[in-house]
Amino acid sequence: MGSFIEVKDLYFKYDDPEDENKNEFALNGINLTIEKGSFVAVVGHNGSGKSTLAKHFNSLYLPTSGDVSVNGMNTKDDSHLFDIRRSIGLVLQNPDNQIVAGIVEDDVAFGCENLGIPPKEIRKRVDDALKAVDMYEYRLHSPDKLSGGQKQRVAIAGIIAMEPECIVLDEPTAMLDPQGRDEVISAVMKLNRERGITVIIITHYMEEAVLADRVVVIDKGRVFLDGTPKEVFSQVEMLKQHRLDVPQGTELVYKLRGCGFELPKCVLDENECADAIEKLLKGVS
Amino acid sequence: MSVITAENVTFTYGKGTSFERTALSGVSFSVEEGEFLGVIGHTGSGKSTLVQMFNGLLRPTSGRILLNGKDIWEQPKKIREVRFKVGMVFQYPEHQLFEETVYKDISFGPKNKGMSEEETDKKVREAAGFVGLSEELLKKSPFELSGGEKRRAAIAGVIAMDPDVLILDEPTAGLDPLGRDALLSEIVTYHKVRKNTVLLVSHSMEDIARISDRILVMNNGRKAMLDTSENIFSQGAELEKMGLRVPQITKVMMLLKQRGISVNTGVLTVEQAFQEILSCLGCCGETKKW
Repeated sequence: MGSFIEVKDLYFKYDDPEDENKNEFALNGINLTIEKGSFVAVVGHNGSGKSTLAKHFNSLYLPTSGDVSVNGMNTKDDSHLFDIRRSIGLVLQNPDNQIVAGIVEDDVAFGCENLGIPPKEIRKRVDDALKAVDMYEYRLHSPDKLSGGQKQRVAIAGIIAMEPECIVLDEPTAMLDPQGRDEVISAVMKLNRERGITVIIITHYMEEAVLADRVVVIDKGRVFLDGTPKEVFSQVEMLKQHRLDVPQGTELVYKLRGCGFELPKCVLDENECADAIEKLLKGVS
Repeated sequence: MSVITAENVTFTYGKGTSFERTALSGVSFSVEEGEFLGVIGHTGSGKSTLVQMFNGLLRPTSGRILLNGKDIWEQPKKIREVRFKVGMVFQYPEHQLFEETVYKDISFGPKNKGMSEEETDKKVREAAGFVGLSEELLKKSPFELSGGEKRRAAIAGVIAMDPDVLILDEPTAGLDPLGRDALLSEIVTYHKVRKNTVLLVSHSMEDIARISDRILVMNNGRKAMLDTSENIFSQGAELEKMGLRVPQITKVMMLLKQRGISVNTGVLTVEQAFQEILSCLGCCGETKKW
């Protein structure tokens, strides 16, 4: 796995004359390398700078100082703009803001059409992309009749059809119900595992972050924690101090450990948590 | 006493067209005065359609909605009064801010209700206090506020009308965990102080479980369950069939029970689970001693 995105000493300030905090940097010296094919979750509270960071990946924003490069191409270099945007697809929070066509398959084809891909090839890619997110049977439906989770998967299909190497999702599940969240996350995980697409997901849901290979916690425009989900979520106290949650099961085991019971340092999901507590209870009796 | 009663309410979108779709069928239940009712259901379950019935934004195709025992559609021309009594905070309410200053925006509702200048001023300040907006912010343009502040300003606009029933549709969507907790505790405090009725629609089972007196579960346009939080969440398997999820901590307890450990599966918070496990450990520990 080679590095795909390189962020070096990234500082960023919003250029807004009306902003009272104009002397404050939204990003305060970020250094980060994203490996090709990895699945990275970026978490942080509102205003921590995580979305600002995401918008640097496909050069929607340019660094005030420092550099961001994608596949070796510096985002500041205009001549690479199209290549960068082609290799990184961005999915936003509200599916309604990113659907443009009246029929699902037209919407998925929109990006490809703009890239000037031959119609035959588009047909193939659209079908393929819709199958990848399990929305093929809805290809002739009207997007406004779909549920939020379905719409979001259509938006993702539109990105996949352009065959990017990386997908950046900015809180893709914030507006969805639990079932919609599961649908979107499992579609994204499948793309990562089966097609090797690099995935960067920005989320408030720690239950989603634990599914990633790596969790990056952003606070005050800096990388505050960076590691595997186990490494990051074992820092319960530290995360709470920085206005972040841990999954409930993780917190329970942490509290029990605090009472001196012998438990694993970090559990991530309900099964691991139940395993640990079962062992503890049976060990005592 | 019941504040709101739904009597066999049915609602069909696009009646008589080829897009006809029944969103609610035969829904009957009552909301008691002073109650905090949580409403959950998967997308398309009919929960938003249902709450829009309560302030007369939608009219039942058949059945009745009673407010304080009176059919709200008895005199359709007076439906406006119902909208002052039942305040509705929509999803992403900050998209509806429009005035020059936050103060003016919050005062829009009370003024329309016909309150005097003096009374309006009192209500605006009170409402701003409930949602934690400072005096300073009232003078600002709503568009200068942060996302969380905008959301609060919009909610204050509804609270200022002093409704008997406050309905909130997904008030915490898109907020981070701390922002979510802060807003929820403001709503809980408001409910305690004002002692009025609050209906909260949410996808977050953890939040609903923590703060509701009772929970209404909607599924495919029907009332699936209406009970206390503990009784609702002890039926994890049924909820999952309806596309809903129980809080992760409840799920852990369910798994332990499946493995033959006798724990209370009605646990809803980490603290409750912690106490439950401690008492299991304590009792097992003692058995060992003997």
